[in-house]
Amino acid sequence: MKSLDARGWTALALILLLVAVPPLARTFDQNFYLLLFTRVVIMTTAAISLNLILGYGGMVSFGHAMYVGIGAYAVGISSFHGLNDGWAQMALAMAVAAVAALAIGAMSLRTKGVYFIMITLAFAQMIYFVAVGLSRYGGDDGLTVKRRSDFGLFGLKDPAVLYYVALAVMLAALWLSWRMVNSRFGLVLRGAKSNDRRMAAIGFATYRYRLAGFVVAGTMCAVAGVLLANFSDFVSPATMHWTRSGDLIVMVVLGGMGSLFGPLFGTVAFLLLEEVLSGITEAWQIIFGPLLLALVLYARGGIDGLLAKRTERGDG
Amino acid sequence: MAEPLLTIDRLVKRFGGLTATDHLSLEVMPGEVHAVIGPNGAGKTTLIAQIAGELRADAGEIRFAGEDITRLPAPARSHRGLARSFQVTSLFADMTVEDNVALAVQAHDGHSFRFLADARRDARLRDPARAVLARVGLAERGQVRAAALSHGEQRQLEIALALATRPRLLLLDEPMAGMGAEESARMIERLRGIKSQVTIVLVEHDMDAVFALADRITVLVYGRAIATGRPDEIRRNAQVREAYLGDEQAAS
Repeated sequence: MKSLDARGWTALALILLLVAVPPLARTFDQNFYLLLFTRVVIMTTAAISLNLILGYGGMVSFGHAMYVGIGAYAVGISSFHGLNDGWAQMALAMAVAAVAALAIGAMSLRTKGVYFIMITLAFAQMIYFVAVGLSRYGGDDGLTVKRRSDFGLFGLKDPAVLYYVALAVMLAALWLSWRMVNSRFGLVLRGAKSNDRRMAAIGFATYRYRLAGFVVAGTMCAVAGVLLANFSDFVSPATMHWTRSGDLIVMVVLGGMGSLFGPLFGTVAFLLLEEVLSGITEAWQIIFGPLLLALVLYARGGIDGLLAKRTERGDG
Repeated sequence: MAEPLLTIDRLVKRFGGLTATDHLSLEVMPGEVHAVIGPNGAGKTTLIAQIAGELRADAGEIRFAGEDITRLPAPARSHRGLARSFQVTSLFADMTVEDNVALAVQAHDGHSFRFLADARRDARLRDPARAVLARVGLAERGQVRAAALSHGEQRQLEIALALATRPRLLLLDEPMAGMGAEESARMIERLRGIKSQVTIVLVEHDMDAVFALADRITVLVYGRAIATGRPDEIRRNAQVREAYLGDEQAAS
C-alpha cells in the first residue's frame, strides 16, 4: 500500500475521530458535541455530492441546497401523512431529486459560466417558493417531523444510532465519489472541466456525461436531506434558502475543490468555526469572511491544498 | 483515379463583413500530405475549424469518405475518423500526459458511463495510450503533468492526442508553432514517420517543413484557393510567388 501523505493522515485521523464521537460525548457527558458532529457528517455528505459536479466537473451549481430540501421534505410530507418507512422515504427523496436534477440540468447545462450559476440559482429559488407556498405543510414556518424514519432493523430515534447511520452514509458517499472520479465517467467529467473544446475534438459529446453527473450529485445530496430532517425533527423552506447553497459552495471551496477529502475538511472547518466564532460574536461572519478570503487568496487548493503542499515539502 | 478522402466544395464562412472562407474548394486524396499555406489572415485556421466541425460553414459542402459531414458536430466527426491538433496548444493541462492520451483513447472505446472501475488501471486504455506516446517520443514523460512539459513536448502531446483517436485524416494546425530550428527538424522527422499511416492536412508557416513533407500544396489567399499542385509546381507558380512565396524565398 502507498504510504499516506499529510492529507491522507489528516483524513484518516478525522474519520477515526468521527467514529469515536458518540462514546467520547457520552464519557464526558457532552451531548452537544454529538449533535454538532451529526450535523457535520450530514452536511459533509451534501458537500461531497456538490464537489462531484463543482470540484471535478466545474459546474458551479448555486442551488444545491435545494436537494437537501427535497430530501427533507420527502421525510416531512410522508411523515405528515403517516408514512414513516425509512426505505420508502429514502427512495422517494432520491427519485424526486433525480427527476428535478434531470430537468434542471437538462436546461442549465446548455449554458456556461455565470449563466449556469444564475439558472441553477433561479430554479432553486423557484422550488424554495414552492415550499413556502405549501400552506398545508406549514408554508414559511415549515412542519415538525413527529416521527423519525423507521428502517425496520433500526430506527433513528436514538441520537447515537442516527449519528452512526449518518456517518456510514458519509463514508459510503466518500467511497462512491472516490470510485467515480477515477472511473471512465469521472475522467470525462474532469476532461470537460479542464478543456471542453478538446473533448469535442477527440470525440466526446460531454453534455450527457455532465448531465449524468448533475443527476448523481443531486440524488446523493437528497440522502443528506433525509438525514437532516430526522436530525432536526423539522423541515422548512429555510433548508433550501439560497444562502444554504452558498454555505455548501463555501464548504467545498474551503476544503479544496476537486479533491477527495476536501468536502470533509471544508465542512468540519466551516461548522466548527461557525460554532466557535458565533460564541465570540453574533456577527461571526465578520471574522469568518476574512479567514475565507485569506485561504482563497493564499491557498487556492483550500485546506486540502495546504496539506498537500506540506507533504511535497516534507518529502523533499 | 481514386476517390478523394476529403472533398471541400465551394465552402463559405463569413464573420460579419469579413469573408474568411470564400467559395473554397479542395480535395484531399487518401494517403497524401496536403499542405495548406497562405499569408496571415488567409483563413487557414478557420478552414481547419470548419473541417473539424467546430465552426459551421455558411454555405458549401464538406464530404468525408463519401459522406456529407457539413452539418455534423465535432464529436461525431471525430468518430468518423477526423482528428485535429491546435495551433495554440490545447491540452488537459492539470492531468498527466498519459491521462491526456488515455482520455482520447477512451473517447473511441464505447460509451463512458462506467462509474466504478479504475480507468487508470484499464489496459484497454493505457496500453494504446503508451504506444501512442512512444510514437511521438514522450514514452518517458507519461506521469508528468501536461502543464509541466516544455513547449516542444506539449506540441508533441498535441499530436499524440489527435493520433490516439486513430484517425483516417489528421488535421495539423501549425504543428511547429513556436518551435526552434532543432525542435522543428525533429518534428518533421516524426511527421515523416506518421505520414505513411494516415492522410494529413498540414497548415504550416514553416516552409522547410511544408516542402519537406507535402505531396501537394494548396495556397490560400483571402479565403480563396489560388493554386493547388505539387511542391515544384507551387514553387514555380507566378501567381503564388507574387501573392505569398516571393518575399519568403527572397529572404532565404
